[in-house]
Amino acid sequence: MKIITVERKVLKKNDEVAAENRETFRRQGIFAINLLSSPGAGKTTLLEKTIAALAGALRLAVVEGDVQTDLDAQRISRQGVPVVQIVTHGACHLEAPLVQDAMARLAMDSIDLLIIENVGNLVCPASFDLGEHVKVIVASTPEGDDKPIKYPKMFRVCDVCVLNKIDLLPHVDFDTERFKRFALEINPRITFFETSARTGEGVEEWVEWLRRRSAPAR
Amino acid sequence: MSIAQSIVEIVEETLRAEPGTRVERVVVRIGRLVAVGPDSLAFCYEAITEGTALAGSDLVVEEVPVRVRCRACGETTELETFTFRCARCGGVELSALSGNELVVSHIEVEQ
Repeated sequence: MKIITVERKVLKKNDEVAAENRETFRRQGIFAINLLSSPGAGKTTLLEKTIAALAGALRLAVVEGDVQTDLDAQRISRQGVPVVQIVTHGACHLEAPLVQDAMARLAMDSIDLLIIENVGNLVCPASFDLGEHVKVIVASTPEGDDKPIKYPKMFRVCDVCVLNKIDLLPHVDFDTERFKRFALEINPRITFFETSARTGEGVEEWVEWLRRRSAPAR
Repeated sequence: MSIAQSIVEIVEETLRAEPGTRVERVVVRIGRLVAVGPDSLAFCYEAITEGTALAGSDLVVEEVPVRVRCRACGETTELETFTFRCARCGGVELSALSGNELVVSHIEVEQ
């Protein structure tokens, strides 16, 4: 028997393309976020409210990742924002080359903020760098306050957490302080926003953060 | 699944320089922070390699523990859980020394 030494990083190709994407964002002065969540946490509804609130203030574009269908992209394009759909045909996460292809279909020189809506999944997307500045996790109250310890890797890589569906707090068994304590144990840098994308409560603080972070990137 | 696919691609590229070999085992090092399950990865590997030159070879995962250094007191410790707190001083500003690996280490072949 013979041993062949390999010592190669499995995600090297993805990471190389992610670095190219990051360089494009830097050159074009674009602030890019990677929006992550379980299916049904309210990412697309939050995105709709975010787009409405930023209209006229920032030039926004969206890359929409879905396993199947372009329903979410249709919802976003109705708001008059450039959107590129990536259908992954079964793959449970976006990868940097897919995002690079999508970027080639956008007018990158006239964008301030690029929002990449990842496939709804809290496992695999955590491992794939897309070149974004910040990974944002959208968690929702019906999912339970133990989400951070169930998906620690995801909470480790996300520096912003939007806790959505706070309008449902009276109806669900969810302890906000417990949730935050779990998340902070995994990632002490994490910043929280508490929103109800449905009622609009708390969305302004989140939007203000996007506005503030996007401005210096320009 | 795409991680297993990437592993297969790396193995196939490596074997191009070693024609006529039959792969017995592929050994990968995976840090605990990567949170890739060894069993599901081995399952995906088996499914992907079925009917290829790699069919019948085993994917072996060596797990790498999470080692961190506390930026406050300098202590180096191994984390058993995902609670990022220094066991000595309770500091939360920790640098990960290991645990993020996702590497094809080596391939064992019969000639």
